[in-house]
Amino acid sequence: MWKWLHPYAKTERTYQLCQLLLPWFSVFGLFIIILATVWGLAFAPTDYQQSDAYRIIYVHVPTAVLSKSLYIAMAVAAFVGLVWQVKTSFMAMMAFAPVGATVTFVSLVTGAAWGKPMWGTWWEWDARLTSQLILLFLFLGVISLYKAFDDKQQAGKAAGVMAVVGIINLPIIHYSVEWWNTLHQGATIMKLDKPSMPPEMLWPLLLSILGWILVCGAISMLRLQNEILQRDLKRPWVVKLALNEHVWGDKK
Amino acid sequence: MYFDGFQSFLDMGGYGLYVWLSFGVSFLSLAWLWLDSFFSKKALFKNVHAEQARLARIKVASENSENNGVQV
Repeated sequence: MWKWLHPYAKTERTYQLCQLLLPWFSVFGLFIIILATVWGLAFAPTDYQQSDAYRIIYVHVPTAVLSKSLYIAMAVAAFVGLVWQVKTSFMAMMAFAPVGATVTFVSLVTGAAWGKPMWGTWWEWDARLTSQLILLFLFLGVISLYKAFDDKQQAGKAAGVMAVVGIINLPIIHYSVEWWNTLHQGATIMKLDKPSMPPEMLWPLLLSILGWILVCGAISMLRLQNEILQRDLKRPWVVKLALNEHVWGDKK
Repeated sequence: MYFDGFQSFLDMGGYGLYVWLSFGVSFLSLAWLWLDSFFSKKALFKNVHAEQARLARIKVASENSENNGVQV
């Protein structure tokens, strides 16, 4: 059943798959993210309570959603690497980690910039904000732990265990707004009931989530390629590939 | 466009600072990460080129020294 996955344990195949998908993710992602941002900033109607400050939602929600999705992706990659000893998995884990750390950082900054005018404070040590900050530390922890080992197989195992254990933080983030009394509002779209938002505000939001997913997918694939190249730098297929590639400042 | 003019667009109903701060940080971070990943790939290829050039130089040097009967 999982046989189709086996060739991708070979780094060269994974590299080629990324190379095939990269232009599509990059072009569509960039196009959609620009479209959604312009729509959200300039064309969506204003909010009767929050006025135009609510427009921060068009970067805050996509990054917050992605921070959790990227953590899951990283933890799944780590789990596959730990259980089946697939080295490409650990490379994928290390490709997701910086992307996840960046979007988590952005979600915290945009949250603070939204909290200041609406709640009157940049930061509050409440459940949602604190658990999201811990998510950022988990991403950074995985990256630093991996970099602390010279033997990359050992590094993958150590960082992988941390990534898998850290998944406990995800339900805490998700349910923090229900379990504790917090400043942060409850779910708007990710709930069973129908979304509590009018369509002319919801559409640019859904589009911007899609745009961020595609761009983060593109960056993750690019970083996975870099991990593979780094590891296989002296292998013949990389040498052949590199010699076909034009490099700036190279005398031919 | 929802706003009356460019000035009111920049003003964002008085919340301009917070809105533009958020969008600025978001897209600068994303662009930085993307460019970093892109240029890392270029740098890796450049490494391979440099390594190949070095191997070629070693080969030439050892051939020359063989002709002169000098041990490398």
